[in-house]
Amino acid sequence: MIAAVFRSRGWYKFRRNPLSMVGLVLVALVVLMAVLAPLVAPYPEHAGAFVDFVNASQPPSWANPFGTDLVGRDVLSRVIFGYQISLLLGVVVLGIAVPIGVGLGLAAGYFGGAVDYVIMRVVDVFLSIPPLVLAMAIMGFLEPTLTNGMMAVAAMWWPWYARLAYNMARSESREGYVLAAEVIGASTPHILIREILPNCLPAVFTKITLDLGFVILIASSLSFLGLGVQPPTPDLGSMVAEGARYLPDNWWMAVFPALAILVAVLGFNLLGDGLRDVMDTDR
Amino acid sequence: MGPSLLTSIARRLWMSLLVLIGVSMLIFCIARVIPGDPARIALGPNATQEQVDLLRERLHLNDPLPVQYAEFVRESLQGDLGMSLYTNRPVVTDIADFLPATLELVLFAGLLMVAIGVPLGVLAARHRDGWIDNLVRIIALAGVVTPTFVWAVFLMLGFAFFLEWFPVAGRLSEGMAAPPTITGLYTLDALITGRFATFADAVTHIVLPATALAMTGIGQTARLTRASVAETYDTPHVQMAEAYGYPERRIASRYALRPAMIPTLTILGLDFAAMLGNAFLVEAVFAWPGLARYGVQAILHKDLNAIVGTVLVISAFFLIVNILVDLTVAWLNPRIRLDSRRAAR
Repeated sequence: MIAAVFRSRGWYKFRRNPLSMVGLVLVALVVLMAVLAPLVAPYPEHAGAFVDFVNASQPPSWANPFGTDLVGRDVLSRVIFGYQISLLLGVVVLGIAVPIGVGLGLAAGYFGGAVDYVIMRVVDVFLSIPPLVLAMAIMGFLEPTLTNGMMAVAAMWWPWYARLAYNMARSESREGYVLAAEVIGASTPHILIREILPNCLPAVFTKITLDLGFVILIASSLSFLGLGVQPPTPDLGSMVAEGARYLPDNWWMAVFPALAILVAVLGFNLLGDGLRDVMDTDR
Repeated sequence: MGPSLLTSIARRLWMSLLVLIGVSMLIFCIARVIPGDPARIALGPNATQEQVDLLRERLHLNDPLPVQYAEFVRESLQGDLGMSLYTNRPVVTDIADFLPATLELVLFAGLLMVAIGVPLGVLAARHRDGWIDNLVRIIALAGVVTPTFVWAVFLMLGFAFFLEWFPVAGRLSEGMAAPPTITGLYTLDALITGRFATFADAVTHIVLPATALAMTGIGQTARLTRASVAETYDTPHVQMAEAYGYPERRIASRYALRPAMIPTLTILGLDFAAMLGNAFLVEAVFAWPGLARYGVQAILHKDLNAIVGTVLVISAFFLIVNILVDLTVAWLNPRIRLDSRRAAR
C-alpha cells in the first residue's frame, strides 16, 4: 500500500514542491523524536523532576547543545520530550474535536431547517469568543492538567470542523448520488456516513494536518500562561515562559523551546499546504 | 441607504444580539455547570464550610440554574458584573481600569497590521514572483506559524535587550507621570493634553508589544491583499485605467486597492478576535497592565465573577468590531448585501 502511494500521481505532484518536502521532513523529524524520545534524548532522566545544581544555567555546549535550565536539566532532552506531550495533545484534541464537529456539521447541512439553525447558531456562539479566551475561560474553572487542557482546546476546536462539514454536506446533499440513495430508500445514517462523509474526508484530513500544528501552537500558548501542563512535565510552552523570566542572560532557556514549537508548527503547516494543493488538483 | 439596506442592518444587529445571548449562556454554563463548587474552588481547600456557605449565598449559588441565569442577565444589563473575589472591587470597575491599556495595544496592532500588511500585499501583487513577493510569502508563513508569545520573546530579546532601541516593559518609563485620564489610552490622552514627551515615551513603549501582536495579522493581511489585488489588476476597469495611461500610483490606490480591500476587511474582523486573545500572551511578556493580565490573574485565583466579566466584555467587543467591519464592507461595495457573507459560509 505504501508503495502504491509512492507511485501515485499525487505523490509525484507533492514531491515536486520543495516546500511540501521540507514540511514532510520536519514532521517526520518531530514525530520520530517524539516516538523515540527515550532513545534519542541525550539525558532521558532529565524529562522529569531531576536536579543537578552543579550544572545549572549553563549556556549551550557540546555536552548540552541547548544549554541547561535553572536546575541543571538538559534543555535539548526536555525539548525532545516536550514534542511527545505536544503531539499527544494534538492527536487527542483533534481525535475529540473532529468527530464531534464533523458529525454535527453533517447533520446540520443534510437536515437543514431547525436542526441547521440550532447547531449553526451554537457554532456561531463558540466562534464569537476569541479562541484562546474560550480555552482560558474553561481552564479557569478546571484544574490545570494535561487532560483538562485537551478538553479546553477541543471545546474551542470542534466548531471549525462543524462549519467545514456543514458547507460540504450542504453542497453534496444536492448531488445526484445522494438523491439516488434517497430514492432507493437508503437510511439516513447510511446516506450521511456511507455516501456524504467519504466525499468530505479529503478536505477534513487536509485540515487535520494543518491543524495539528495550530493545536500545538494554541496548547503551548495556554501552557505559556501557566494554564496547561504543570511542571515537572516537559512542555514547550511552559519552558518558554520559564525561560522568558531570565532574559536576556539565560536566553537559551526560552529561545530553543520557542524554536522547537516554531519548527513543529512550520512542518505541519507546509505539509498541510502541500496536501491541499495535491487534493485540489486531483479533483 | 435604501430600506433593504436598513432591514439587513437590522437583521445583522438582531443576529449579533442572539449570538451575544448565546455567549452569555455559554459562559454562564462553563462557570456553573463544570464539576466542583465554584465557591469552594474560589476559597481554596483551607476555607471552612461556613465561609463556603456564606459565599454560596452571596453568589446566589443555591438558587435553581435558570433563576441564577435570569439574575445574572438582569445584573449584567444594569452594568453590574458582581464583585471580584480577588481584588474585592466591582468587576466593572476593574475592567474599566484595565480595558483601555488592552484596547490601546490592540488598536496599535490593528494599525500596524493594515499599515504594513496592505502595502506589502500591493507591492507583492505588483511585482509578482519578484523578490518582494517571495519576501511577503516568507513573512506571511513566519507570521502564521510563530506563536505570538514567541514573537514577543524574540522581539524583546532583539530590540529591547540586544539593540536597546525600545524599553523592555510597561506602558511608560519610570518617573514619567501618566497623562490625565480622558480615554485611558495614554498615547491619545497625551496628545489631547499636549504632553508630547509623554506621548513619545508611550509610543516607544507600545511599539514592541503591538508589533508582536500584529505579526500574525500582518502576514495574513499581506497574503490576502496580494491575492485580491492580483485579481483586480486583471479586471477590465483597471486595464482601462492602464490604457488611459493613468499614473501607476493612482491606479494602485484608486482602482486596484479599493475593491481588493473588501476581503481584507472581512478577515480583519477575525484577526481582531485572535488579537484580543493573543493580547493575553503579549501582556504577559511585556508586563503590560491590561485586561488580559487581569484575566490571567482572575483565572489563576479562580475568581468567578472576574472571569465571566472579562470573557463577556471581550466577546462583546469582538461582536461590535465585526458589525463595524460588515458596515464598512457594505459602504465600500454597495453591491454587497449584508447577508452575503453569511450565505458564503
